[in-house]
Amino acid sequence: MRQATLQRLMPWFVVIGLFMVWEVACRGLSVPQYILPAPSVVFDTTLRYAGPLWDHSIHTLLTTLAGFAVAVVGGVLLGMAVGASPLVYHGLYPVLIGFNAIPKVAVVPVLVVWFGIGTVPAILTAFMISFFPIAVNVATGLATLEPELEDVLRSLGASRWDILVKVGLPRSLPYFFASLKVAVTLAFVGSVIAETVASNEGIGYLMLQASSRFDIPLVFAGLVVIAAMGVVMYFLFAAVEGRMTGWATRRAMPMAD
Amino acid sequence: MQPPMHPFVELDRVSLTYPGGTLAVDGLTLSVAPGEFAAVVGPSGCGKSTLMKLVTGLARPSGGGVIVDGHEVAGPLKIAGMAFQNPTLLPWRTTLDNLLLPLEIVEPHRRRLRRERAAYVDRAEQLLARVGLAGFGPRHPWQLSGGMQQRASLCRALIHEPKLLMLDEPFGALDAFTREELWAVLQDVWMERRFTGILVTHDLREAVYLADRVFVLSSRPGRVIATYDIDLPRPRTLDTTFTPAFGELVHALRNDISRARTMADKTQEEAS
Repeated sequence: MRQATLQRLMPWFVVIGLFMVWEVACRGLSVPQYILPAPSVVFDTTLRYAGPLWDHSIHTLLTTLAGFAVAVVGGVLLGMAVGASPLVYHGLYPVLIGFNAIPKVAVVPVLVVWFGIGTVPAILTAFMISFFPIAVNVATGLATLEPELEDVLRSLGASRWDILVKVGLPRSLPYFFASLKVAVTLAFVGSVIAETVASNEGIGYLMLQASSRFDIPLVFAGLVVIAAMGVVMYFLFAAVEGRMTGWATRRAMPMAD
Repeated sequence: MQPPMHPFVELDRVSLTYPGGTLAVDGLTLSVAPGEFAAVVGPSGCGKSTLMKLVTGLARPSGGGVIVDGHEVAGPLKIAGMAFQNPTLLPWRTTLDNLLLPLEIVEPHRRRLRRERAAYVDRAEQLLARVGLAGFGPRHPWQLSGGMQQRASLCRALIHEPKLLMLDEPFGALDAFTREELWAVLQDVWMERRFTGILVTHDLREAVYLADRVFVLSSRPGRVIATYDIDLPRPRTLDTTFTPAFGELVHALRNDISRARTMADKTQEEAS
């Protein structure tokens, strides 16, 4: 019981500890603010700029979620195609690996040429960076179907579509939800990168403006806000995962002792 | 009803070469009468599982013919129930919903399931009770023991009342006591429904207990080297397994298998 409480409080201890070490280090070594601002300064700045920070982070959040939504749809469809058909798998896999190896920041200027400066390149960057884990996980869930089970179903006259709907998709749900957690944090990376390079709105843009004015505390305030949004979204999707696929994590259920 | 001389399952000089050149079975000929329970035994790697795939149409023979229920098998059968050593129940479905899975696929149940769900649930629950799983329908498979999962897997293979039941080492992963218990359960269900059954196993006592006829396969490439008619009275019980007649049959089978294995070793030596 005490162990469980400790486990629940552990993340808070670590976060607070981290900020304390940071604070003490900044003060003790008298690091100048334009190199590394202390957490107290960062929080102070966050409060001072609360209005603009809020506006820009809402914009970033919406951009991220839009790109993420497209990534979920695209990733699931692609994952289904790759996982269900060996032909598609062999054809597309090398291309996908190659595409995933491209640093997305290098693509942003091209997107700007195509779509202009603004939200669209950010949405597309968020999409490009986050669809890959979703597609790979869905494909893995589909491809690891037990051959015996497939035999059972085929000897009943099941079509490939039947097998996909009755077994393949439910089976890949845990993989899918696990990938959502990772993908949503990646989507933040994508949208902020694009905002930094080519946008006039969003937290990435705000940070770029701040750093050009050497307002490093505001840059750090932006970083903290992004991290906080990432953590919130991660745990949101972790909670959804737990609700939807409890059967897959049954071994993690609390044991009576 | 078919006249008794027509076998329900007939393999005629069947051969199958897997991609890569492995000859799994060659000149395999056997037939199983309607309502008969047959067992296939043999040394490991004799193509027993290949036989399962050939009969159910999941694999096509390279040579020879497979006839089931009067028709040449040209694609996956739509009438067979199958159970394997691995129960392969779906973990996200309850035991009851796992049983209903075949009904969601096989016609005419597929069409009726939604409307007559209550009747089908009733049927599934009766079948569960039949194998000693009364009341376990709402549980998930991972809440059941290995033996109980295997019972449920057996139910899933039987729920659509198939004319042909194919079993591939269904009790292989269970402890000896549970296994013997399930022999009796399977025999009961079979005596009640009289489907045609083919059991692939390497447990010779299991084969003699359950089967009307036992086929012994040779080492790869598999073909039938001996056939035994088991005319021990039914229902057979655990006591039957301690009678001299039972022991002699198991012994004879054991000798055949030993011979098949030494023959295989010799051919291997000659080849190398």
